[in-house]
Amino acid sequence: MEETLEKPDKPVSQKKPKMTFESKGRTVYYQLQDKIFKYFALAATSLGLIVLVLLLYSVFSSGFDRLDWDFITSLPSKRAAKAGIYTAWTGTLWIMFLTTIIAFPIGVSAGIYLEEYSSRSRMSNLIEINIANLAGVPSIIYGLLGLEVFARFLNLGASVLTGSLTLALLILPIIIVSTREAIKTVPYTLREASFALGASKWQTIWNQVLPASVPGIITGVILAISRAIGETAPLIVIGALTYVPFAPTSPMDEFTVMPIQIFNWVSRPQKAFAENAAAAIIVLLSITFVMNAIAVYLRHRSQKKVKW
Amino acid sequence: MKIEANNVRVSYGSEQVLKGITMSIKKNTVTAFIGPSGCGKSTFLRCFNRMNDLIESCKVDGQIMIDESDIYHSKVNINELRKSVGMVFQKPNPFPKSIFENVAYGLRINGVTNKKYIEEKVEWAIKQAALWEEVKDKLKKSAFALSGGQQQRLCIARALAVEPSILLMDEPASALDPISTTKIEELIYNLKASYTIIIVTHNMQQATRTSDKTAFFYMGDLIEYDDTRTLFTNPKKQKTQNYITGRFG
Repeated sequence: MEETLEKPDKPVSQKKPKMTFESKGRTVYYQLQDKIFKYFALAATSLGLIVLVLLLYSVFSSGFDRLDWDFITSLPSKRAAKAGIYTAWTGTLWIMFLTTIIAFPIGVSAGIYLEEYSSRSRMSNLIEINIANLAGVPSIIYGLLGLEVFARFLNLGASVLTGSLTLALLILPIIIVSTREAIKTVPYTLREASFALGASKWQTIWNQVLPASVPGIITGVILAISRAIGETAPLIVIGALTYVPFAPTSPMDEFTVMPIQIFNWVSRPQKAFAENAAAAIIVLLSITFVMNAIAVYLRHRSQKKVKW
Repeated sequence: MKIEANNVRVSYGSEQVLKGITMSIKKNTVTAFIGPSGCGKSTFLRCFNRMNDLIESCKVDGQIMIDESDIYHSKVNINELRKSVGMVFQKPNPFPKSIFENVAYGLRINGVTNKKYIEEKVEWAIKQAALWEEVKDKLKKSAFALSGGQQQRLCIARALAVEPSILLMDEPASALDPISTTKIEELIYNLKASYTIIIVTHNMQQATRTSDKTAFFYMGDLIEYDDTRTLFTNPKKQKTQNYITGRFG
């Protein structure tokens, strides 16, 4: 015989509850504390957003009208109305391209080495600390290094190549660190499974570890490059020009980049140049936003796709 | 004898976890390793495909012979060894790839490029692992779409595809539900005809159901090693008796 629970026909009439669990004494204080912190955090978040919105508004309001196809395809000029950013954005593209192909393989390889091959020794600890320190070195110091080593010692001059090498050095630590972080998220059981099938270390890294960490690595690289395209100081130090009448056609050409062009225009007294600067800022911001959006998209996709 | 271990000692740093194990295992048998957690049974299992080499502080002494050749000899290619000594892990660990690619992986890293051969081999391996009927229509789907028990059989298929002669199983059913466990146990029974199998298990019923011989480990020592039936019905050592009757461990 199975026993079944008897269900009451009607809900049992509810008693009038006693109030035992309402806030009193210290709990009132804790509740208040909770609320205060919540609004404080909200204010902090809003402050950042408001500043960004104000910045965007002021830039767009003074630069948007100036922005047209001619502005993008024109060479720089002494007359503000005729001046364009053609040399600046081609320079920026050159720098982005060369910096990426220099920094990407070196940074990723170094990250793989540190995470997968190097043993825990004093030497590797020293390298690790130094990489973390390098990530915090002011960018102008990299500029001085680039000037001395690439421009003068290697005699590359104030070329696109010098600029790219310098910026590559600047973002290497960021790429190395993000590569390591991405590789760290790959579970050990995956490597074990691969090794147990007789795969070599390199086969395991190439076939399992890297595909699983590629989104993380790419995200890091893109963020690093968006940082590089905003850099001005190191490029000024190595001798990038503020006025270049031609677009670079080879890595050995002289060049200018968007931030330098903006800096140049902002420092002029005429209002028309300020408008040019604002318009150029819109273009530069757009490039950075698009790159960040790609990074966010990749990260989001990787979170959805890979589940362990 | 398929496998002969002679005075195998393993230590992690200064801590000795195996204190001289000597045992031999016949071809085409199932051997169960039992014992409380931390007794060294998994460590011993991982000596046979040298997985312990991946742990930096781990040091293995003594001799292990498989098919009469010393697997710790300096001229041994560790990857070749692992191709003939397959392993299945406690938690199913399929690659984040399709079902087909999971099984094909072992062939591809061996440099096999013949598409037809790979397809045949993958089908053969999945059939061996008694999974074919369940996955034959979705080979292109992600391995993560399978249930835990199916994933574990996929991992077995993946190991079988490279044609090992020995299969090491480290608590292969401990993360699975009872029905999946039964399937894995039936599979072990059927695979015995072609493979020499060693299984580490915490489940003593599982040991009695699947194995021909059982080895009881305790604190890094091999306490007793005998026919499974004898060990469970008539153990010679008091410690074994205590463990199998559930008095400790």
